[in-house]
Amino acid sequence: MTRSARRTRRMLRMTGAGAAVLLAVSACSSSDSDDSSKDSSTRGSAASDELSGEVTVFAAASLKESFTTLGERFEKEHPDTKVTFSFGGSDSLAASITGGAPADVFAAASPKTMKIVTDKGDAVGTPATFVRNQLEIATLPGNPDKVSSLKDLTRSGLKVVLCDRTVPCGAAAQKALDAGGLKLTPVSYEQDVKSALTKVVLKEADAAVVYKTDVRAAGDKVEGVEFPESAKAINDYPIALLKNARNAEVAKAFIALVRSAEGQKVLGGAGFLEP
Amino acid sequence: MTPLDETGAAAGPRTGGRRRRRARGGAPPPLLLPALIGLAFLTLPLLALLVRAPWRSMPDLLTSAEVWQALQLSLVCATAATAVSLVIGVPLAWLLARVEFPGRGLVRALVTLPLVLPPVVGGVALLMALGRNGVVGHWLDDWFGITLPFTTAGVVVAEAFVAMPFLVISVEGTLRAADPRYEEAATTLGASRFTAFRRVTLPLIAPGIAAGAVLAWARALGEFGATITFAGNFPSRTQTMPLAVYLALQNDPEAAIALSLVLLAMSIAVLAGLRDRWMAAS
Amino acid sequence: MTDTHKSARQAAGSPGPAGEGLDARLVVERGAFRLDVALTAAPGDVVALLGPNGAGKTTALRALAGLLPLADGHLRLDGAELDRTPPESRPVGVVFQDYLLFPHLTALDNVAFGPRCHGASKAEARAQAAGWLDRMGLAGHASVKPRRLSGGQAQRVALARALATHPRLLLLDEPLAALDARTRLDVRAQLRRHLADFEAVAVLVTHDPLDAMVLADRLVVVEDGRIVQEGAPSDIARHPRTDYIAHLVGLNLYRGQALGHTVHVDGGAGITTVEDLTGPVFVAFPPSAVTLHRDRPTGSSARNLWRCEVAGLETHGDRIRADLTGELPLAADLTTVAAAELGLHPGATVWATVKAAQTHAYPA
Repeated sequence: MTRSARRTRRMLRMTGAGAAVLLAVSACSSSDSDDSSKDSSTRGSAASDELSGEVTVFAAASLKESFTTLGERFEKEHPDTKVTFSFGGSDSLAASITGGAPADVFAAASPKTMKIVTDKGDAVGTPATFVRNQLEIATLPGNPDKVSSLKDLTRSGLKVVLCDRTVPCGAAAQKALDAGGLKLTPVSYEQDVKSALTKVVLKEADAAVVYKTDVRAAGDKVEGVEFPESAKAINDYPIALLKNARNAEVAKAFIALVRSAEGQKVLGGAGFLEP
Repeated sequence: MTPLDETGAAAGPRTGGRRRRRARGGAPPPLLLPALIGLAFLTLPLLALLVRAPWRSMPDLLTSAEVWQALQLSLVCATAATAVSLVIGVPLAWLLARVEFPGRGLVRALVTLPLVLPPVVGGVALLMALGRNGVVGHWLDDWFGITLPFTTAGVVVAEAFVAMPFLVISVEGTLRAADPRYEEAATTLGASRFTAFRRVTLPLIAPGIAAGAVLAWARALGEFGATITFAGNFPSRTQTMPLAVYLALQNDPEAAIALSLVLLAMSIAVLAGLRDRWMAAS
Repeated sequence: MTDTHKSARQAAGSPGPAGEGLDARLVVERGAFRLDVALTAAPGDVVALLGPNGAGKTTALRALAGLLPLADGHLRLDGAELDRTPPESRPVGVVFQDYLLFPHLTALDNVAFGPRCHGASKAEARAQAAGWLDRMGLAGHASVKPRRLSGGQAQRVALARALATHPRLLLLDEPLAALDARTRLDVRAQLRRHLADFEAVAVLVTHDPLDAMVLADRLVVVEDGRIVQEGAPSDIARHPRTDYIAHLVGLNLYRGQALGHTVHVDGGAGITTVEDLTGPVFVAFPPSAVTLHRDRPTGSSARNLWRCEVAGLETHGDRIRADLTGELPLAADLTTVAAAELGLHPGATVWATVKAAQTHAYPA
């Protein structure tokens, strides 16, 4: 299934409170995408002569699909460059960077994890928020438990998994629950968002509170349910050039691509919101 | 050699004090140097943990209820997993060591597979098998209303899955070294094979079983990947010490170090205690 | 060559009148090796399976015990078919080569193990075991673990353990092999008494002709999986049919009265021994211990000196077995070179000497 087809289907499925927000977002991204094609082609031809070398990007796991796509495009536009990715939990990536891992760019899933790097003085300049991610409820395909709100998750007998409060998606989920004045006892606090989603994919849990991007990446293995409290717990994704970058020029160009309209289009396709 | 010496060999290498002293005096440098490097390699990280431990905040960390919950759960689950491993692992080791059957080599390889399998994969495999929607798990759910994931029993299952091969390998080795003719002697005295196993073989291989049980217990105590994947993470129910350590590491490395030290101290205490007891018994 | 003490007791083994005793043909195949031996014995018989290592003696014993399946043949004990009976259901007791006493159990519990498996209560089994240990003269060692027992004591515990199940067939695998030479003499004599008291069939495996001759009524010599000779020990010793038997069972064995270091053999001659004994004894020494001289030796330190006549000569490989009559009938082994130098021929007169240290005397 192509990405656009999946998006259309998902948009058809959108109902209820979250629909208004989503429609606004998708309207934005589609209008942006029109400019981006022009933009990238001009920029690409200009830069291809100057840029060469390797660039290493440390990025949050949730960025894997979209960043991989962007990396391929970047290499196509600048044939002499090579983009290497290391995807993982933002916290462990931050720990690696402060521990001296050779990286040029860091894209984190939360300002808090980026702060670990900036506090140690390992970043250059102020990190920029390049996308935002919103929570969604992932339910079993067909939503057999008829989950339609965050409150529904507090029903007894329903097995819900959350991310642990120490990781960004768990902190965000807690914020959303607090905003709704809800108290939820999950069966498990998972160590990262992918584990939480996996529990639903494997039908071990009935629902999980994860990111919109994760629901989208899981395809038809789960079904997403929007909830209004998620607006109170939107996660900012900051990106920064690192102090020890060996190839700052290429790194800057990659960050520019991520923040460009073209980059935003790809990220939007994965379910991210514009900053 | 008397038959009694032969059974002594089954108890594992236990060299006399005199021989050990002699070995120390004459250790050749080509052996001594790598040995010392090996020792340093193994102990240095532990020492570093001690050096960097947040001793000042230790008292606060150690008095928190969550730490004690996790520690208690760890000890209970590791012990239960060891018990499960003993009940089904010792007979399995006996089967592998004493009964000739086609494909025995293959079965032995299968038994040791969890040793090389990344524990996380083991956890996923357990979900596939025993999860609510698993191959066997959905029958457990339909017939008995039992679901293992996200329960303390699930932790025990995950730990046993990862730890049992250690026990099986250890016990099988001891069984192979033990003289099977004792079992034969018992049968000529009128004992069924099971009675012979229970009253003769089992006491004879007890040291090997104990060693295997300690290995399995230690492995279960440190189990992380399979546990968090199969049983999830919930304080007081499935959050064992390694899970607590890992999650603490996300935003509070100092707490993680403190927790690790507690786990370390506890394992050393238990292992040392057991060791003393065996020495006294043998 | 003398009569051995056993020859009169049982001429040839055969099951008793009502199918009592042992009647077996054991066929066991293990790879290229094939064992095929027929064994019969009446209650009270003691049969020794004698043979070199790898001949299949122990295999035969294990087949009798049910520890190895029969490929062919049959096994009847007191009329009952045992071919397919598992070892734990056979009325068979085994004394293993190194006894295999359970190291974690006391001597008493080792002996009580069998009765316990046969349904006796713990107290009953222990009472029976205590009785057996008492009979073996080990009442004081009941609570001792096997590792603290001497070789001879361990052997008696093993015998008590095997007898405690009241077997109809007692199997002994090299019962004396694990003992040092000194203990061996005592234990052999004791074992002989216990076997004489035993009312059912006993089969023992040994590679030691002396053990076989002292303990058994009948020898069955096994080589390469087959029986090469069987009969009374004295017959076999007189007429060995293979080099192996000649070499192995060619023992000089005498019965006599001991007084201090001298044994007066029933025929009249005296033998000086190392052992200091009184009363009826056996004296044995191998033919290789005999030295022959054409003239009466003058400077020899040997205390045992007899005048003999050569009755016959037989060649076995590179050795010659001389059959001697005279003061003391005996067999002597010598090299072909030595035989030529001595000019041995039937009817020749020779002097035979044996050092006291090479004789073994033990109570009869």
